[in-house]
Amino acid sequence: METLHATRDPAAIRRTAEALHKLQTRPWRVMEVCGGQTHAIIKYGLPELLPAGLTLIHGPGCPVCVTPAAHIDMAIELTRRRDVILCSFGDMLRVPGNGGDLLGARASGGDVRIVYSPMDALALAEQNPQREVVFFGVGFETTAPANAMAVLQAARRGVGNFSLLAAHVLVPPAMEAILQHPDCGIDAFLAAGHVCAVMGYTAYHPLAERYGVPIVVTGFEPLDILQGLFLAVGQLERGEARVENQYRRAVTEGGNRPAQDVVTEIFQVVERRWRGLGELPASGLGLRPAYAAHDAQLRFGLAEPAEPAAGVCLAGQVLQGRVQPPECPAFGGDCTPEHPLGAPMVSSEGACAAYYRYRPHERRTAAAGQGAHG
Amino acid sequence: MADGFSPGGACPIPLSDYPRVSLAHGGGGRLMQQLIRRMLAPAFAGSVAEAQHDGARLPPLIGTPVMTTDSYVIRPRFFPGGDIGSLAVQGTVNDLAMCGAQPLYLTLGLILEEGLPMDELWRIVQSIHGAATAAGVQIVSGDTKVVEQGQADGIYINTAGMGAVPEGLRVHPDRVAPGDRILVSGDIGRHGIAVLSQREQLGFETTLASDCAALHTLVQALLTAAPDTHCLRDCTRGGLGAALIEIGEAAAMELHVEEGGVPVSPPVSAACELLGLEPLFVACEGRLVAFVPEVQAEAALAALRAHPLGEGATAIGHVAPPTAHGARVVMHSPYGTSRLLDLPSGEQLPRIC
Amino acid sequence: MCLAVPGQVIAIEGDEPLTRQGRVDFGGVTRLVNLAYVPEVVVGDTVLVHVGFAISRLNEAEAARTYALLDELGALEPEPEPESEPTA
Repeated sequence: METLHATRDPAAIRRTAEALHKLQTRPWRVMEVCGGQTHAIIKYGLPELLPAGLTLIHGPGCPVCVTPAAHIDMAIELTRRRDVILCSFGDMLRVPGNGGDLLGARASGGDVRIVYSPMDALALAEQNPQREVVFFGVGFETTAPANAMAVLQAARRGVGNFSLLAAHVLVPPAMEAILQHPDCGIDAFLAAGHVCAVMGYTAYHPLAERYGVPIVVTGFEPLDILQGLFLAVGQLERGEARVENQYRRAVTEGGNRPAQDVVTEIFQVVERRWRGLGELPASGLGLRPAYAAHDAQLRFGLAEPAEPAAGVCLAGQVLQGRVQPPECPAFGGDCTPEHPLGAPMVSSEGACAAYYRYRPHERRTAAAGQGAHG
Repeated sequence: MADGFSPGGACPIPLSDYPRVSLAHGGGGRLMQQLIRRMLAPAFAGSVAEAQHDGARLPPLIGTPVMTTDSYVIRPRFFPGGDIGSLAVQGTVNDLAMCGAQPLYLTLGLILEEGLPMDELWRIVQSIHGAATAAGVQIVSGDTKVVEQGQADGIYINTAGMGAVPEGLRVHPDRVAPGDRILVSGDIGRHGIAVLSQREQLGFETTLASDCAALHTLVQALLTAAPDTHCLRDCTRGGLGAALIEIGEAAAMELHVEEGGVPVSPPVSAACELLGLEPLFVACEGRLVAFVPEVQAEAALAALRAHPLGEGATAIGHVAPPTAHGARVVMHSPYGTSRLLDLPSGEQLPRIC
Repeated sequence: MCLAVPGQVIAIEGDEPLTRQGRVDFGGVTRLVNLAYVPEVVVGDTVLVHVGFAISRLNEAEAARTYALLDELGALEPEPEPESEPTA
């Protein structure tokens, strides 16, 4: 595609990196919130192009990483029912809950199917009227409109055997939790471009103002990320703290109103326990009472299991950027992608998996107990 | 070709009587005899095979004998560009070819699920016959079992292959040496994406077909032009990425690959973007990677490109001596940055993030 | 959360706003995409697609500006102080 080509053009990327080098005069720490951005940063080796004093911290922007373990447990419980077909995005299948993962549930005989879109799950429900189809609705605000539409259509078309196990999380409360922490060492944020394509970025003005941090809405291609960093560093160097939009080709300040309307129709804001971050008020989405018939938790009488005491896994601190993965004692030893202790080692965008896969020399250093590299 | 075999003709087992494979067809009785005699044996009889005998006596081989085996469980059974039958022949032929062997004989083990539509079995058998004939290999022995409904997912196929490596030729990862050029015979990921396109819940449409093909004549052309080729590997499950990592480890070398030079066709690239897959780890079934000493690399590339199955061949990197970090594959991006290539834990799963 | 891919709308079917679908071409691969959230989109437009839904219409003018931002980068760069050294 034309767009993708241009945003990966080596010459453009080189020139932006050079401009960034000239711009920066002091060390800065910038957090990118979105897992998709983490993935691109690691895949294209972007940290190598940055000025030495610019540190990128990977934030809690991977919904797979922050989906509560309790919800995975509830999903697994559903798979034990013969009549249930549990549909999920591929990302979630290997994430451990408190008692195994969905891939294991499938191996034990559960009917677990990967779908690309929640509408595929709805179609499955219509094709299988004698089965119960549950869609595991994870994701940030980007995915909420799709999941909302599936529920809306199910209600309108009377597809009684379709329900949603809602586990949505919202980005601004997570950013605020990070900013509120006394040890917060983040100077600026790259805000998640596709979340903002849906929600717009009015919610970020109070955060920028209250905490004095630049927030730049950024895309996902290498050029986008470098430009986002350039704008963020520019503000930092000039002592500014406002919301700026790098991803103008896809994002407007007000966002996507039709999408927001459907989300508001179906969902309400609820308290949500984030894996690793704990309970954050007004940080999740749950189905409104009017759609209770399609709420899997109510429909199947699922009780949310209590969160066990945190073990060795430092996911919470990693997600908030306070610990870099190689600094975790379990990193690369007890905790690897083949036997993960926590979600950030499973998801392809989790910070731990990203470090493990693409910087194995740090893996060895950590295992030898020498701590972080660079 | 044996008497009585008519590819493209009506199924030799009357479908009105037996629309589906039943347990009786594997029971050792008359129905099984009928299946073997009418459908299977005619398709696979060759001059060295003695029908209805337990073992096939083969003439002496010239060269070093090489054997391999592989099992095929692919779903869906039929996909754009091939099916489980043609794959079962080509995959095993390719394993032999990657050793530098000329593929000669195959055995064919079929495990059929009770209820498999008979006309599908007939299609698969014809496909096996066609692929074997095209590859110049003879199917000299076989076995058929029928299992209860719910097992074998329709059909499982095992093929064992035997070939002969000419005297003096040795193609093996332990020959990979610093300075070797790394060549790939064409664009990657077609098979995996073609198969994925058939799975409804990932519903996307493409005209893309699998790249599945028997590569032994391509290998012959390569070895004629570059007789000192050190190592060959066909990229199957796990794609080019897995092949590079495995060879790097087996050879204990450091491989350097220009990411921008790895050929990926636009539909494969688009499908991978859509599903969040890494093209390097998407399956191929008709592509090879070759490690060739530098002095023969140009000739090798020219020979590959001159062959219909190697038109898109290109050089993607080179081999370097290992450092203290040991065997690894370093991917160089078009931006002057690099990263290490590591195997995914299991099958790549389409993602939303 | 974020994997949304640009594709071009080559056909549109359906009148009902919530179920209006477009056939979107991602460069050799096509998929039916729900257009409920981009009612203004017409054939020929480029949309960003996430899990089978178009979540945004790509603004071509802004896209061109992104690639041209480099020229603006020159304008945005503060004039270097004569005595300061850039951080390498």
